[in-house]
Order: sequence, then C-alpha cells, then structure tokens
Amino acid sequence: MNRTYELMFIVRPDMAEEDQDRLISSLEGAVGSSGGRVTNVEKMGKRRLAYTVRKFNDGIYILLTFEGGGGLVRELERRLRVSEPVIKFLSVRVDEEQKRLDKIKAVKEARRRAGSAASPAEGGTQEPAVTA
Amino acid sequence: MAEEITVASSSAPEAQVQTPERRPPRSGPGGGRESGGGRKYFRRKKVCKFCVEKIEAINYKDVRLLAQFVAESGKIVPRRLTGVCTPHQRRLSSAIKQARNIALLPFAGRAS
Repeated sequence: MNRTYELMFIVRPDMAEEDQDRLISSLEGAVGSSGGRVTNVEKMGKRRLAYTVRKFNDGIYILLTFEGGGGLVRELERRLRVSEPVIKFLSVRVDEEQKRLDKIKAVKEARRRAGSAASPAEGGTQEPAVTA
Repeated sequence: MAEEITVASSSAPEAQVQTPERRPPRSGPGGGRESGGGRKYFRRKKVCKFCVEKIEAINYKDVRLLAQFVAESGKIVPRRLTGVCTPHQRRLSSAIKQARNIALLPFAGRAS
C-alpha cells in the first residue's frame, strides 16, 4: 500500500531555523520507522496567512512529500497536533492526481509524436500551412 | 384588408408592422433585431480558461491561479460568470477549499 501524500503544515513565524529542522527530522524519522519514504522536503518560507490562526497573521510553510500508507498519515498528523509550534496542517493524497496527469501527458506526447510522424508523410501540404 | 390596416394605423400611426410587441422601443444600437431575446448588447461566448490554456493541474498550492476564481468576498465565483466547464470547476472548487484550509485563501473576505 504505497501512496504518495503531501503534508503541508504551518509553524509559528517566530520559530527558529534549527527548531524547524529538528521538527522536520523527527517527522522524517517517523516516516522511516513505519516503512515510508520521504521524497521531498520544501521550506516555502514565511507567508502572510489569509486569516488569523491562533492569533498569528504570518506563518512559515513547510511541505513534506512522502510515500506510505494511511496509518502513517494518522501518525504524522497526531505528531503535528501535539507539537506546539505547528499552527495548521493539511495532508493531501497526490498519487491519483499525479497518475491522471501522467496519463494526460502520455496521451499528449503520443498524439504529438503521431502528428509529427504524419506530417512528413503528407509532405508539402502541411508544412506551408503552418508557416503561412 | 384595408379596414385592418386602418385599425392598426389608428393605434400606431407611423407603422404598418403587424407585431408591435416585437419592436423594442429602447434599442439604440443596431444588431438587436436578430437576437430577439431582448438582449441589448453582444455578449462574447465565455470559454473555460483551463481548456483553452491547457492547464491540467489545478493544485491548491497555486494561489495565483485560484485567486482568479475567488471573489473579493472570498466566495468561489460561479461557473455561469467565469465560463469554466464542469469538470474543471469541480477540481477548482475542491482545490480552493483545500487552499482555504491551509490559510492560503480566505474563507470570508478581507473584511473579517
């Protein structure tokens, strides 16, 4: 059961850099211990929140992409809930959407290849029409 | 037949058109005749932005894109105003709701 999830969370804006790193590495440890794999960690930096959350108007956004099962998501969310500097989080499953996008891309690629293969066969009729 | 014309002309002196309710009295600019629906100006056909620009991915992180479909008040702009097609509006609205949950977009407008 390997699914890909994105876990985006917001920590309070006055959190120190090393504290963020410590939090991230603890989450990575949790992912690793339950058989998952962290594929990407992205610190998106400080951003203005669209609305006030726990009396904060700014927050530091961190995005964690990982592979694993549903139990792992539950564990990570539990950890985020109990860790005090985290003010908001959202976990989204992305593999199905990614699969859909890959499919569309493949279809488009195939169509493009078919089109480019067909146009030399048709020869001069297609080429000037495009340039003109 | 002559009698009928005189009756019509007595009610509307300058016109011999048999359907007076069809004529829009207030239509100033031309081109209003063939539409017939009382539409006073030409409305351009709206097209789905995502279909036209071939945007496949509607992601909750893409605030720039999503913000175009959110009104000042924070509401999702309906399809009939933006012209977005049904499948894309469905993805769009779920993405907007995800973005709201992670405080990228407001639930209610700036007023709050």
